Amino acid sequence: MIHFKSSADLVALAEKTEKPLSNIIWEWETERSESLPDKVWEEMKKRLHVMKQAVMQGMNQPKKSFSGLAGGDACKLASGNSFIGPVVAKATAYAIAVSEVNATMGRIVACPTAGSCGIVPGAICAVQDFLHCSDDVLVRALFTAAGIGQVIADNATVSGAVGGCQAECGTAAAMAAGAVVEMLGGTPGQSAQALALALKNMLGLVCDPVAGLVEVPCIKRNAFATVHALVAAHMALAGIKSIIPADEVIAAMYQIGLDIPRSLKETSKGGLAKTPTALRLKEKL
Amino acid sequence: MGVFDVVGPVMIGPSSSHTAGAARLGKMVRNILGEQPIEAIIYLYGSFAQTYKGHGTDKALAAGLLGFSAEDPRIREALTLAVQSNMKIAFKTVTDTGYHPNTAEFELRGQSGKTLKVVGASVGGGKIVVSKINNYDVEITGEYFTLIAIYPDKPGVIAAVSHMLARYNVNIAFMKVSRQEKGEQALMIVQTDQLIDEETLFSIKSLPVIHSALVVQPL
Repeated sequence: MIHFKSSADLVALAEKTEKPLSNIIWEWETERSESLPDKVWEEMKKRLHVMKQAVMQGMNQPKKSFSGLAGGDACKLASGNSFIGPVVAKATAYAIAVSEVNATMGRIVACPTAGSCGIVPGAICAVQDFLHCSDDVLVRALFTAAGIGQVIADNATVSGAVGGCQAECGTAAAMAAGAVVEMLGGTPGQSAQALALALKNMLGLVCDPVAGLVEVPCIKRNAFATVHALVAAHMALAGIKSIIPADEVIAAMYQIGLDIPRSLKETSKGGLAKTPTALRLKEKL
Repeated sequence: MGVFDVVGPVMIGPSSSHTAGAARLGKMVRNILGEQPIEAIIYLYGSFAQTYKGHGTDKALAAGLLGFSAEDPRIREALTLAVQSNMKIAFKTVTDTGYHPNTAEFELRGQSGKTLKVVGASVGGGKIVVSKINNYDVEITGEYFTLIAIYPDKPGVIAAVSHMLARYNVNIAFMKVSRQEKGEQALMIVQTDQLIDEETLFSIKSLPVIHSALVVQPL
């Protein structure tokens, strides 16, 4: 029986069996759910399909949300030819595209939450465009991402209401970072480093949805967190290590989350949600 | 909690708690009623009360009552579709209670005239917990096959039901019993790993001590 509690456990399992992280997670889910491996794979492939549809929809059919606060920004970033380079430019656009689809009551995959749903697809789809790899590589990336999210959910929280936005967008960035490392041929250890580097730099992030909706500032935050994940993967692949190990970063994230005042945890009673403009928007909705 | 709780659920936006959870809660309540309601009064508490319009929580709850899943795009038009299928829904907001911040209380009347009161909450990531059916305390998550049985509060009933489940090779994952008063009517919630099929349910219903029983499928 596969058993893991921490990212160190995951890396140890992968190194011992000489398998990529994605395999460990795939096998674990197969055992856990008493399903067939193919069925679990298909289930993940279905999620990838939904993510890709959301990317396409957000990029090609811009729509305003009910509040009117969101919509149409992904299109503005549609061109991959920008000074920040094609991967970052596309990742940003894709992340916003998925988040905009979410805001218009479109179909998305919560990853790990709906408010942070653009980050993992944004990162892995942009890297796919760069690598010209098959969808199977992305399905694998999603298993790796899921494993990282699982470890964070087990040891900390992925809820903005409990831990602030670091728990949502921070976790999503950590998931994407680890997954992108594997896509680019990095080791399980490097995936854990990317997890640590990404999450470490998003500590203290508050959850302050304007007018109670995950439109402002969350959609744009998805784009930033996606780039964050890519930079973390880039660093880890270059051999850079986080001085604080991944599991300690996760523990720190949780503690910081508990220490953040309630007003900054999805209550819309602090942060950007309390600015004069936010209050005016809330009145208008 | 598994992989598809982290990468998932597949859902209609914008909020796993306010939209996906609400749709699942509505569907669970419909399943407990056992038919489509013709009338529903839904009291919204806490964060549901404050932001339900922006998050489409009202649409999602209506969609669930219509039997739609959390990933059904028809959630967007659910309020109109409810009117078209002769389902009258009223939303009322309630502030200041001890309930979980994302709680909804349903007062339902079904096509057959049956009435039901259910309280449930959306507890994050699309997950739900039904905490009250009529006046009984329960705990139903919609992840398992669930047997709901009403019986007189006296010795041996629980043993009889679990014996029957064992006979049909059904494993009990979680169980909760509650009663209104000692020796009065009681309610049993049994969540199982395996399907409780028609035959098993029939055998449980045939036990002389059981007043009524129904099985709710996982969501």
